[in-house]
Formats: sequence, C-alpha cells, structure tokens
Amino acid sequence: MRSSRALAAAALAVATATVAAACSSGGSSSTSTGGSSSSASSAANVTLTWWNNATNQPLLGVYTSAIKGFEASHPNIKITDVPIQNELLQDTKIPLALEGNNPPNIYQQWGGGVLGQQVTSGKVDNITSYVSSWIGNISGASGWQANGQQYGVPVDLHVVGFWYRKDIFAKVGITVPTTLAQLETDDTKLRAAGYAPIAVGSKDRWPDAFWWEYFALRDCPQATVTSAIKSENFSASCFATASTNMAAFLKTNPFQTGFLGTSSQQGAGSSAGMVASGKAAMELQGDWDPSVMEGVSTNKSLSSELGWFPFPQTPGSAGSQTAVLGGGDGFSCTGTQAQAQACAEFLQYLDSPSEQAQIVGPGASGEPVVTSEASAITLPATQTAAAYFKTAAYEELYFDTALPTKPGQNLDTAIANYFSNPNASTASAIANSPQTP
Amino acid sequence: MNRSTALDAGLGPAAAEDFAAAGPLRAPWWRRPKLRKRTELTILLAPGLILFVGFVFIPILIAAYYSFFNWSGYGPLNDPIGFKNYSYAFKDPAFIQAIEHTLTLTVASLAIQGPLSIGIALLLNRKFFGRAFLRTVIFAPYVLPPAVTGVMWSLILQPNGFMDQVLKAFGLGGLVQLWLANVHIVLWTNFVVLTWQYIGFGIVLLLAGLQGIPNELKEAAAIDGAGPWEVTRRITLPLLAPTIRIWGFITVIGSLQVFDVVWVLTEGGPAGASSTIATYMDLEGVQSTDFGFAAAIAVILFAFCFVFALFYQRFALRRDTRGALTREVG
Repeated sequence: MRSSRALAAAALAVATATVAAACSSGGSSSTSTGGSSSSASSAANVTLTWWNNATNQPLLGVYTSAIKGFEASHPNIKITDVPIQNELLQDTKIPLALEGNNPPNIYQQWGGGVLGQQVTSGKVDNITSYVSSWIGNISGASGWQANGQQYGVPVDLHVVGFWYRKDIFAKVGITVPTTLAQLETDDTKLRAAGYAPIAVGSKDRWPDAFWWEYFALRDCPQATVTSAIKSENFSASCFATASTNMAAFLKTNPFQTGFLGTSSQQGAGSSAGMVASGKAAMELQGDWDPSVMEGVSTNKSLSSELGWFPFPQTPGSAGSQTAVLGGGDGFSCTGTQAQAQACAEFLQYLDSPSEQAQIVGPGASGEPVVTSEASAITLPATQTAAAYFKTAAYEELYFDTALPTKPGQNLDTAIANYFSNPNASTASAIANSPQTP
Repeated sequence: MNRSTALDAGLGPAAAEDFAAAGPLRAPWWRRPKLRKRTELTILLAPGLILFVGFVFIPILIAAYYSFFNWSGYGPLNDPIGFKNYSYAFKDPAFIQAIEHTLTLTVASLAIQGPLSIGIALLLNRKFFGRAFLRTVIFAPYVLPPAVTGVMWSLILQPNGFMDQVLKAFGLGGLVQLWLANVHIVLWTNFVVLTWQYIGFGIVLLLAGLQGIPNELKEAAAIDGAGPWEVTRRITLPLLAPTIRIWGFITVIGSLQVFDVVWVLTEGGPAGASSTIATYMDLEGVQSTDFGFAAAIAVILFAFCFVFALFYQRFALRRDTRGALTREVG
C-alpha cells in the first residue's frame, strides 16, 4: 500500500512520453521483450506468480476476485496470488528475488528511482509495446517509466495526509486545523483530554520521513525540491529551514509516548492500531491507512469515525502550501515474453474501469488511475482525500522512492535519527544523507 | 612400504599396524587397509565436507570478492573499488557504534549470563521436588524461534504494556521506562530479552557438565572436611571449567552475530541505539541494496569471529582438547 510515484499531473506528459516510447521501443532497453500487443498469450498456457502487499481484507478479497475474473476471460493464464507483508516485500523479498534467477512474474512496484535501479538487474520486462494502446488513459503512468520505457503500470494512486478520529475531535471540541499553529493548539487540547494527539510509527523510519518531507514541501519551492531529488543533494537552505521547523514542532510533544519504538502498521500497538482503537487522535499516513487500521482493529464503526485533512499550511514560508506527498501502487513484470505479455494483459485488466472501481471502492486502496472511477470510493475520508488531491498544486513522490534505493534509505535513516535527537549535527546529516557513499 | 612410510603417509599408528599385519600386497583392493581407510574416510567425510565447502567456505570467498566492488546487487560486478568499502565502514560512526554495541552485548553476556547460568545450573543439579519441571521451564524460551521472542517481548514492553502494568501492580511504577524507545535503555532491554532467550541453553550445557563430575570426588572432599561451598569452589567449578570454556566460546560467537531478536524488537533503533554489526549489515545491504558494502561488513564480522575463535582455541580450549584431539587416535 505504501508506494510511490506521483502523478497527478500528467495526462499530457504521459501521452507524450508514451508516443515517444512507442517510437523508440525495442531500442535501448536492457530487457527486450518486444512483440505485438495482440493477444499473443492466447497461444500457450502461462502461469504467473503475483507478489503484492494485500495481506489484509478488503484488498486481499478484491485481488482474489480480480484473478478469478481475469482467469475466466483468459483461460490459458493462471495467476498465483502471493500476498506478502509490506516492509518484508519492499525491502527484502523483491530486491533479493531480482538478484536471483526466479523473480515473481508480477511484483509490486512503487516506481521512481527505485524502479530505475531495479531495471538495471536486466530482469524487469520492458512492457512498452504491450501497454502502448491503453497506457495513455492511465494517470501517473510516467512514474513507472525508466529510460523513457514503461517498466511497470500503476493500479492506484496515493496521497499522504492526516487520518483523524472525528469522534475524538468532537469530544474534545476541536476542529480540523488548517495551519501548523492550529494543529499545535489542537494537540495541546487532545493531550489534556488524555489522548495521544498524533501517532507515528517511527520504528519503520519512513513515517518520520513523511513529516520531514511535508515540512520540506512547505518550506521549499517545487523547483528546489525537484532539483534536490534529481541531484540527490538536500543542501539548499530551505531544507535546513524544514529541519528547524520540524524540530520546533517536535518540541511541542505531539506524538504518542514512546513513539520511537512504535511500528506503523503491525498490530494493535502500531500507530495505525492506536488511531483505530482511539488511543491516538490522528496520524500522518498514506491513504492505505484505513485498510491497515481495519486489519489491526475490531472497531466496526471505524469507517464512519475516520476523517481526512491535508498537511497544514505554514503561512509565509517559501514552498507550496497545497502541494501533497504521495505515490501509487504499481506492478512490474518479469519472465519470458509470453509471461510479460500475459502480465501486461492482467495489468490492463486491473486498470479497466470495472476493476478500478473495485480496487478503490470495496478495496479502499487510494485513488483510481482511471479518474472516472473516483466516484467509486466509498470511504468518506478517502473521498475527502481524493477531492483534495485534484486541487493540490502538485504531488511529489515520497522522496525515498523518488531517489534510488540507497540515497533514499540514507535519507530515511537520517530523518529518523533527527526525530530521535534533533540537533545541528543530525540536521546536517539529513542534508548530506543522499551522498553518503 | 613399512610402518614408518605408513606413518609418513599420515595414516596414523593404528593404520600402520594394520598395514604391517596385512602382509604382502596381494589382497583384493577392498581388503587393502590403505584403500579401505581412504574409502571409509571419503564416504564418511565427504557429505560434511561438501556441505561445508559449498555453504560455508565458498560463500565466504564470494562475499570477500563482492566486498571489493560497488555493487547494488542488480546486474554485473563491474565497478571495482578496492578497499573503499572497508575504509568507509570504519569511517562511519554508525558502524563504530554498532561494533561498540556488539562488544557491550558480548561482554555483558559473559559477565552477567555466565555467573547466572552457573548459579542456576548448580541449583538445578541438586535434588528437590519439581526439579525436572523447573529445568523444562528454564529451557523453554530457548526453544522459541527468536522472531516469536521478539514479537512477544515487543508487545510486553510497549508503553503501558504488560511489563509496565506488572511493575505498577507491585508498586514499582517508578521503574517504568520507555523500554524500546529510550535510546539510553534500549540496548539493555535487548540484552535482557536475549538473556531470557538464551540462558536456558547455557544452563542445560552446564548441567550436562555437572552430571559428568563423579560424586565420589565430592564425597571424598566432604569426608576430608570440606563444606558445601568448599566442595563447589575446589571440586565442582574446576571440573566444570571445560564446559564453562565451551559455553564462553558459544556465547561470544553468538553475541558477535546477534541479529534476529534485536531486529524484530527494535531494528537496531531508535537512531541506531541498539544496532549490532549484523543489523547494520542488513540495513546497509538488504534495505539499501548496497551488497558490495554489506559484503565488506560480513567479512569484517567473519574476521572478528575467526580471530576470536583462533585465539580462544589456542589459549583456552587447547588445554581441554590436549590429549584428546591433539594425539593421534586413528
């Protein structure tokens, strides 16, 4: 669910890129799986293994029925669903599988610099020619390109924001904050009422990074952010300002007791579990959070109690006040030409309007890549997020995904260290983190 | 060939005797002692040797080879960088911190788990009602998979969790800490959990050693007027020393490589406060996909263990094995 590449922009860019890709297909890609985009997989039987992070309902069920539906219309293709816990999948299983000789035929992929790095394994299939006829209709698809070629396809998009308990806010008598100062005031009242104001899963490091990155989006102009990620260098002064502002916010004691040891998604004691059980009032997370909460909680009325608001504004600072952090879930293909083509057909099926409606509706997995299906979102909080998503100045991909793996991980670690002990030395470590050898 | 050439051939005195007794070399090949010996050795040693070479020796060599490359794990090894991975490792404060933590855990294991294990083993070696049950209970945590231990203790130790509630119930609320979130405490939290998990093994090992000490010696000492403390100090502990030395060896190697419990409990955090060499290696290698660098860390860790093992073998274990392994027994 946590994922990567941002994408709201882009129908035009995607169309352009797709045309360019189509014109140059078969050229420089390291894995050539060219061929016609007709239904070549109809020839022989094809078996595909599918690694994804949908270990919990409801998305697990949606994926299972998607397989059934797809297999019914493609009798020669068999798909084996292998749901794997998110961090294990993302950090361990996929990198190791791509280094081995038998990677899964379809695997979850968050795009960006990490995808670019995975492509260098030579095992990720270039599916440009198989998807060229329809990829132009998919929002954010350019995030799954490397070297101008399509190496993956998104199936949903994500936006990071605050998931909060409306019932707790009402009980304490506070309203949704629009500025950071208001958020701090709300925190004080929540703490006085006995709640942990904000839950954060610092043990996993990347939730800390969401905080710092949002401060960076508020304090730095878009061009600065873009060039910092491109050049893997966060030494611009506005990033230091972001660190300072985050340290000031940390001083207000906004998080749950012992947040440095809390995981984000695993079990009732996780940050998601704390919001679900009403011990904490809110959490800055991606829009997969409601389904995570559902998996770790027995609270049946959770969906009606959850609300969403964007990261507060910091008036007077140099960055965009409405930019959002986000990404998406996508899938890449590996294997023989027939498997790659079957994989692309399955991804096309997942991106069809009816499946999109399932993924974002009952599946509650973020925003659809087919914009017409946004109405299928059932969770009111996610509807709010989706509506805001459309109006955002721009969406920036999670920095650790936009960067190649090592600089991205270094950044997450440096931010987590800063969370634990904000000082000048840990702040400069953030600025220098991507270049750390 | 005579007895001395058989000895020269490394077959040992017994083989030489066999050889001498075998007479002229006319027996069928399976009767020829030399060939038979070799066949036996090949059949008995080959499986272990193949496993050792294939799964230990070659991987070590491969890791050492990888460690000289800048390699993300994807694609070919085409960026040799000499010893840069090693020099960077020792310049990285996070790695130095991980080494310090690992050594702290190692010393603490020896200094705290050691006396504790010996004491409990001595107690459990006495005859009393429920002894078998207690022995089982003490050994039980060792049987749990470390990941289960990690998950279990992370639940027990979460803020306001079981541990905090128990402390409060006994009026010890003042002792409540952020066990997994306080950077000054978290390493020791890990140590306690590791002790809980592994002390049973040490105790069982020492109990086995205690069983091997003949009662006659203790009885004789008692007849000579030694009190229980004297008997323990002058008879039991010296005779238990070989077992203690083996325990020390296993404990040090285990502590140097400790990973699983720590990883599940804290992932080496917060801010590296409970990192070990192995968690650092995982973070840099698997999570950051910098396998060349992680291979260098693996080689450094291997060197630590190997050097320790050699020295320990030379200075501590040798006295136990002298006369057993150093004398030809063929």
